[in-house]
Amino acid sequence: MCVSNEAAVREVCERFDHDRTRLLDVVREVDERLRCVDDRSMDAIARELKVPRADVEGVVSFYSFLSTKDKGEITIRVCNDVVDRMKGGDEVAAAFEQALGVPFGGGVGRGSAGAGKGGVDGGDIEGGVSLEYTSCIGMCDQAPAALVNDVVVTRLTPSAARTIVRKLKDRSGSEDLRTLLADSFGDGNNSHDLVRSMVENSIRRAGEVVLAPYESDAGLTNAFSSSPQEVIRVIKASRLRGRGGAGFPAGVKWEHTRAAAGDQKYIICNADEGEPGTFKDRVILTERAHLMFDGMTIAGYAIGATQGIVYLRAEYAYLRHFLDDVLAARRRDGRLGSGLADGFSFDIQIRMGAGAYVCGEETALIESLEGKRGQPRFKPPFPAVKGYLGKPTCVNNVETFCCVARIFEKGSAWFSSIGSAGSSGTKVLSISGDCHRPGIYEVPFGVSLRDVLALCGATDVAAVQVGGPSGRMVPPADFDRTLCYDDLATGGALIVFNQGRDLIDIASQYLGFFIHESCGYCTPCRVGNTLLKERIDRIRDGHGHPSDLDYLKELSSTITTASRCGLGWTSPNPVTSLITGFPELLEQRIPLDPSNNGTGFDLETSLRKAGQDSGLPSYEMEV
Amino acid sequence: MSKAKVATTSLCGCFGCHMSVLDIDERILDLVQLVEFDRSPINDIKHIEGTVDVGLVEGGCANEENVAVLREFREHCKVLISLGDCAINGGVPALRNMVPLKECFEEAYLQGPTVHNPEGRIPDDPEIPRLLDKVYPCHEVVKVDYHLPGCPPSADTIWAALNALLTGAPLELPYQLVKYD
Amino acid sequence: MSSHEVTLFIDGKEIQANKDVTVLEAAEENGIYIPRLCWLKGLSPFGACRVCLVRANGRPQPACTQRVMDGMVVDNDTEELRGIRRNIIDMIFVEGNHFCMFCEKSGNCELQAMAYRHGITAPKYPFLFPQKAVDASHPDVLIDRNRCILCSRCVRASKEQDGKGVFGFTGRSIDKRLAVSSGEGLAGTTLDVDDEAVSACPVGCLMKKRVGYAIPVGERRYDQEPIGSDIESVAANKGGE
Repeated sequence: MCVSNEAAVREVCERFDHDRTRLLDVVREVDERLRCVDDRSMDAIARELKVPRADVEGVVSFYSFLSTKDKGEITIRVCNDVVDRMKGGDEVAAAFEQALGVPFGGGVGRGSAGAGKGGVDGGDIEGGVSLEYTSCIGMCDQAPAALVNDVVVTRLTPSAARTIVRKLKDRSGSEDLRTLLADSFGDGNNSHDLVRSMVENSIRRAGEVVLAPYESDAGLTNAFSSSPQEVIRVIKASRLRGRGGAGFPAGVKWEHTRAAAGDQKYIICNADEGEPGTFKDRVILTERAHLMFDGMTIAGYAIGATQGIVYLRAEYAYLRHFLDDVLAARRRDGRLGSGLADGFSFDIQIRMGAGAYVCGEETALIESLEGKRGQPRFKPPFPAVKGYLGKPTCVNNVETFCCVARIFEKGSAWFSSIGSAGSSGTKVLSISGDCHRPGIYEVPFGVSLRDVLALCGATDVAAVQVGGPSGRMVPPADFDRTLCYDDLATGGALIVFNQGRDLIDIASQYLGFFIHESCGYCTPCRVGNTLLKERIDRIRDGHGHPSDLDYLKELSSTITTASRCGLGWTSPNPVTSLITGFPELLEQRIPLDPSNNGTGFDLETSLRKAGQDSGLPSYEMEV
Repeated sequence: MSKAKVATTSLCGCFGCHMSVLDIDERILDLVQLVEFDRSPINDIKHIEGTVDVGLVEGGCANEENVAVLREFREHCKVLISLGDCAINGGVPALRNMVPLKECFEEAYLQGPTVHNPEGRIPDDPEIPRLLDKVYPCHEVVKVDYHLPGCPPSADTIWAALNALLTGAPLELPYQLVKYD
Repeated sequence: MSSHEVTLFIDGKEIQANKDVTVLEAAEENGIYIPRLCWLKGLSPFGACRVCLVRANGRPQPACTQRVMDGMVVDNDTEELRGIRRNIIDMIFVEGNHFCMFCEKSGNCELQAMAYRHGITAPKYPFLFPQKAVDASHPDVLIDRNRCILCSRCVRASKEQDGKGVFGFTGRSIDKRLAVSSGEGLAGTTLDVDDEAVSACPVGCLMKKRVGYAIPVGERRYDQEPIGSDIESVAANKGGE
C-alpha cells in the first residue's frame, strides 16, 4: 500500500479548502487513506497548501499515529503503559510479535512469516500489518489493551492476541473491524450502534455532579435566562477549578476571555486525555456527552464565542462518529446553531489529535489545531487573549464543562457545598493497578487517599501514583493526605502499586514515557529526561553510587526550572518522589562498596555488548 | 623535600598529548627539578609501584587493556588528570561509536579500500585486547580529578597545570589556555 | 526618562530600557551580557536553548522572550543560573557529536565559546553518541547534523530573512532533527550559499564548502576573549566616560 496518490492528496486538500491551518487534518486523512504520508505525498501537500515542505514533514513526524513509511492496512498498537505491563502486556506483545512474524516497529508484514513457530498458520493479512507500541490509550482499568487501527481491544491475553491475528487473516475484504474483533460490546453507550466497542465503562461510584443521572438540559436553560456576565459570576461563586490537573479557576479564565478584544472567540474542550492512568474523560465522553456539550455551550454564551471545538485524542477515535451524531442531534433539537438565546449562535465540531501527549498542554493543543507541531507557546500572551487563530480562546477539560452544566442545573451554592474548603465539587478518579475494583470513582474533593484505597479494594499497597507520572508517587505514610487542590492535586489518575512491584523500574518506565512524549523544543526536557533515565536505570541494575542521588536531584532541578512547559516542569517527578518518599528503596539498591568509582561503568556489560555486536568468538572467553 | 612523582600513559590516543608534554621545551629542565617520573612511555616503566602524586592519562578507553591501565592509574595516583580530548570525550577514536561494531571490523579488516586479507579473517587472537562496545571517555570509567582539554593541550597549558598542582596552587587556567582544539 | 522607558534592575544594577524590548536586549544595551545560543539579532526570539534563562521577578524565564517591565528585578549572573547554564551546555554537548578537534568552526563556534566562558573542561553527563545524518548533496553547503544544536536559527532566517522555508524540524524529543524542504536532501531545496540561513548557524552544522580552516589558530573569534566580551566592553567604556 502507501502508493503516493497525487489525486487523492489533491482531493483531501480540496476538502479542507487548501487551508494551511488544517494541515494536521490533511495529513491525518492522507495517512488514513494511503496508510502513510510518504515523500511524494508530502511534496504534493506542500505544493497544494503552499507551505514549506519541511513544515509538512515536521507535522507528520511529530505525531505518533502518523507515518512517513508504509504501515499496511492494519496497524496494531500495543499499549506499553506501566499498568498494561503489570497486567501481562509484555506477554501479549510477544504473542502478537510471534503470531504475526513482524517485530515491533519493524515495518509491514503479512502475518505469514509467523506460521509454524508459534505463529498463526494459514493465510496472509491482506494489505499487510504493522506492529507498534503506544503510550497509555486510556484503558488501564481493562489492561492490557491495544488498538487495531481505531478499534480498541481490551483485557488481552496471549491467546486473545493469537485469536485477533487469526481473525485478521480470515477477514474478508471489507468486514467491519469492530464487529470482527469484539465478541460482545461493553456497557452503556459502548454498545451504541455508532460505537460498538468492547470497552467497559467500569463506573464504580457515581457522584452527584458528573455521573449522576442527566436527562434534561436544565443547566443550559437556566444559564440562558441569565446575562453572560451573570453566568460568569455564578461560575466564580461556585469556585469551580479546572479538572485537567492545573486547577486554574474557571470563572477567572472565562472573565479574561470575555474581556479580551476579538471579533471571534473560541471555546475548546480538551479531550486529549493523555496522562498515563487517566481514563475518566473516555467514560464521560461515552456517557455524559450532552452534559459536556451543554457546558461548552454555556461557556460560549458567557464569553461570547460562536464556535466550540472538541480536541479528541487519536486513541479515542472510536468515539468520533458517536459524538458527531450527538452533535447532529443537538443541532436538530435546537441546542446548537443560531438563535439559541438572545441572538446567541453556537456550534461545536470535533477535531482529532494524532498521538501526542504534550498536546494536552493548552497552547500545544492550539498549535496542533492550527495544523502545526504540538509545541507549547510562549505565555504570555495567554489563550484568553490570543489563542486559536490568534483569537481569544478558552480551553477547559471535559470534566470541567460537565461541572459547568451541573452548576447551572443545581446552583453554585449546591456545588460549592460539596467537597472541601478550597476545592468545591467532586473529582472523577480513574483508578487502576493493584486493586480489586479498578474503574471510575466520582468522589467529593477532600477525601483521603486511604478511603479511596478502601473503596477500590487495594490491600498490601506499597505506593500510589497520584496524578499519573507527572504527579507524584505517594508512600503509605502519606495515605491520610487528601485529594484536593491544596493537598494532593490530581487530574484524576490513581495507580496502585503493591509490595511486589519494583518502584524504581516503574519510575524508569515513566521516564521512558516522558522521553517519548517530549516535544523536543527546549534543551532541558529534550535531553534531561534521557539523562535521568540513564542514571535511574543504572541504580535499578545495581551499578549505582551514593553520589547518584545528588546528581539526580540537581539534574531534576535544572529540568524543572529551565523547561518551557508543564511537561518538563513535572517529568522529573517520578525521580524526585522516589528520592523523597522512598529513600530506603534507593539505598538498598545501591551497593555499599561500588567498585566503579561512581561512574557506573561495568566492564563485563561492555564486553558482552561488544561480543553481541561484533559476533567475534574471542568475546565468549572469561573476562 | 623529596620530588613529586608523576606517571603518564597513553590509552586510545595518538601520543600527540605526550608530544605536547615534550613541547614544554627547556622548561623540562625545571620540571625534572620538581618531579620524578614513575610509569611512563618516556622511561618505559611498565607498572606503577606505590603511590604517585599526579597521573596524566592521554586517550580514552577503547579496549579492555585500556580499562585495566586506567584502573591501575586511578588506584595509584593521588590526582588523576585526563590529558587531551580523547581522554575527555573519546576524541577521533570515538567516531566509531556511531557505527555498529561489526561494520567497524569489516571495514577495517575485510572491506576497506586498502585491505589485503585473502583469508578474510578478522584478527581474533586471545592475546589481542578485546574492543569495548564503544570508546569511553576516562571519566566514564573511573573518577577523574581534572580535565585538560585540547588536541593536544598546548605545552603552556600542561606546564601551567603541572606547575599549579606541584606547587599546591589552585588549578585555574587563564581563558587562552583552555581550548578544545 | 521618556514615557516609553521603564526602569529595571539586573543583578542589582539599575538600567533604563524601552518598554518594548526584551530583558536580553535591555541588558545588552547596557553592557550586560546574558549568555544565549538560539537568539540571533534580527530573528524572532525562539526561547528554546534556555541558556539565557534568568529570574524575572523570581520566575525563571528566558531573557530572549521576557519583555521588560517597570520595576522588574532580574537575576542573571547568580550561582544558580550559572549552574543551570552549565548543565544546559553540557546537555547540548552530550546529545550531539561535537568533535571540536577537527571541526572547521572551532574557534568561531558559539557553543564551544559558551562552554569556554562557563569554564567547562568536560561535561558532567555521559555522552549519548547518537546517530545523526550528514547531507553533502548541495554543491556549496554541507549539513553535519552531528553538530546541530536545534537552535532553529537557520529555520527562522530562511523563513524570515530569505523568504524561503528551506529548513524545519523532523521528529520529536531526543530524536528531533534538522529537516530540509525536499525529499532529495539540501540539493533539492532553493538554498543559496549566500542565504542568511547559512551564516545564522552558531555551530559547525551548516558549513560553506571549500572554506575549511580559513583563520589561523589564535586569531579566531573566541581564541583570545570570551564570547560576550564585546558587549561587556561597551559597559567598561561607558563606565570610563
